[in-house]
Amino acid sequence: MTPRTRTLVIAVAVALVAAVVTAWMTVAVRRRIARPKTQAVATAPAPPVPNAAAGRKIKVHLFYVSMDGTKLSGVEREVAYGDGVSAQAQEIVAAQLAAPPEPLVSAIPKGTTLRAIYVNERGEAYVDLSKEVSTAHTGGTEDERLTIYAIVNALTANLPSIMSVQLLVDGKEVDTLAGHIDLRRPLSRNPSIVE
Amino acid sequence: MLRRTALFFFLLFPAVLVSQQQPLAVLSAAGRRTLATTAMGEQEYVALDDLASMFQLTMREEPAGMVAVGYKGKTILLTADQPLGSAAGRVFSLPAPVVRSNRRWLVPVDFIGRALPLVYDQKLTLRRPSHLVIVGDLRVPRVQVRFDAIGSNGGRLIVDATPKATSTISQDADQLLVKFDADAIDFVSAGAALGGRVVDATTLAFTIGPKFGGFRVTTQASDTSMRQTIELVPAGQAPAPDVAALPALPPPDLSSLNSPPSGAVLRTIAIDPGHGGDDDGAHGAEGTKEKDVTLAVARKLKTALETRLGVRVLLTRDEDRNVPIDDRTAVANNGKADLFISLHANASWRPSLAGATVLTATFEHQAEQAARALPPELVPSLTGAPRDIEFIPWDSAQIPHLDQSAMLARAIGDRLQGHVPLSTRSIDEATLRVLEPANMPAVLIEMGFLTNAEQEKQLGGDSFQNTLVQALVDGLMQYRDAMGYSR
Repeated sequence: MTPRTRTLVIAVAVALVAAVVTAWMTVAVRRRIARPKTQAVATAPAPPVPNAAAGRKIKVHLFYVSMDGTKLSGVEREVAYGDGVSAQAQEIVAAQLAAPPEPLVSAIPKGTTLRAIYVNERGEAYVDLSKEVSTAHTGGTEDERLTIYAIVNALTANLPSIMSVQLLVDGKEVDTLAGHIDLRRPLSRNPSIVE
Repeated sequence: MLRRTALFFFLLFPAVLVSQQQPLAVLSAAGRRTLATTAMGEQEYVALDDLASMFQLTMREEPAGMVAVGYKGKTILLTADQPLGSAAGRVFSLPAPVVRSNRRWLVPVDFIGRALPLVYDQKLTLRRPSHLVIVGDLRVPRVQVRFDAIGSNGGRLIVDATPKATSTISQDADQLLVKFDADAIDFVSAGAALGGRVVDATTLAFTIGPKFGGFRVTTQASDTSMRQTIELVPAGQAPAPDVAALPALPPPDLSSLNSPPSGAVLRTIAIDPGHGGDDDGAHGAEGTKEKDVTLAVARKLKTALETRLGVRVLLTRDEDRNVPIDDRTAVANNGKADLFISLHANASWRPSLAGATVLTATFEHQAEQAARALPPELVPSLTGAPRDIEFIPWDSAQIPHLDQSAMLARAIGDRLQGHVPLSTRSIDEATLRVLEPANMPAVLIEMGFLTNAEQEKQLGGDSFQNTLVQALVDGLMQYRDAMGYSR
């Protein structure tokens, strides 16, 4: 083995080791990043919430389209008690998505269902909605804003430990629901949109 | 880098490098007060606690190097070392970072003109060149003077006041006095002709010496300014019988710091017809689709702007196809557009809702986004001289343009009024995805509600579309003129 081929062999060996280490690290990091999503999927579809006092209800504020259509109105309604933040968040969003009794008008497109909710340690809630929230949307900026903040406010106004909410559609992050309002980051409560 | 070094030295040797500057004069109905300023690098700063005591603000230090400035329930949030902040939920930019030093907070003087007005209940105007802060609706014309020698011993003094203010002129021995009908005058005396200086709040004095025996005044007024031409007559001569009227000067440049440079021309406008392709956008009960209305109006607006304003117009789409949001803004950014206008039609669950809305971008999590903005740095340029470049994340590119975008929205709103129905909040803001990366003044126009039966008919018809386009062109012209763009 000439010194030149020896150098070459060493270089190839070093490159191989580096490639293996890089690949291993990439996989490990991906797994770590993917972990919250795995948990989110684990909670879907919304399972019945186990709790000691079955049938127990709590009062919360849910949000519906105001009379003039430009704001949200807070309405006190009863939802099932959920044990823990995630379980309670699930009950609140499910109630917010459900068609309300007249004369209340929902700001959520018909057919939208909750796929999963995940709340992380920073108080960010990830709310995964079915595709109807986007495909069945009326398509206006005005309505898009009301849809988003009906859900964001329902969680942040009723559950103090939830600081912000990111909406996902069909399990994925989206730019917008209907082409206007930026959904790429978790949104915090918007009290000014409530009349 | 230079700025950071300056900051470093400032922190080490505050007594050496902090030089006291000409203070700001704060004019209000209550009278005249002064506000001390300090220079650091090339920037002038004021202390936040001085501002607090003068404007009845509260100050509270927050964790993570932030300070909250309160006024009547509204809050301004600032972060040490950041050239951005938020006031009552709106982001503003500053020409230099906020500084925290020796337990004091210092802000660039532009803070008074850019941030304070967003929370203060009276009008606040900062006039930097003359070190003036005007509180409330005071009449403080900006006065500029020029002296032209005529022949060997004659002369002509030209005094321009903007906005218009009348003045009376008198001679007191070798002094010429010009007294304005105003609350105060805004005049930079350094280097002024004939030693011009302010002698009381509303009077300018010039030293004309014994060689002039009298004067004769001609007045010219335009919409915005008033010019007094004072013909000075050599001692021993009668006033000249006839003074040729001087051609009117163009109105003085009133553009603010953010305005385009003097003489700039509005060249390119990017128009974005919303939605398209498989994305219909909103639709009406009769089947009118938002994507068709936006494209029809965009084409008409393009023709009208090219003809009436002589500008180049870029369309983000000129056919029925879906364009990803980022590509829309990229058309404007890459095409170096001066303005970006995104056209949309609205929808509501309440069929009664009607009217147009002009929207500008706003940013959630301002503090977080402010923190993402990197401090300005000196970078080498092609010419060799280092240039100060501010790095702003691409999807926050709109932040430095928010003030001008708001002016654009107001100009368009003004001109839409009376021509098309307006919504109750006709000027509004939202976290609009398509505007956030726009690196120029940008607005999104919701032209009306397709979910309203009457408006659906209007939006789909030529007559309404033509009226709307006409009003939009007028609004853009109003903005162009207000910003001092050359025609």
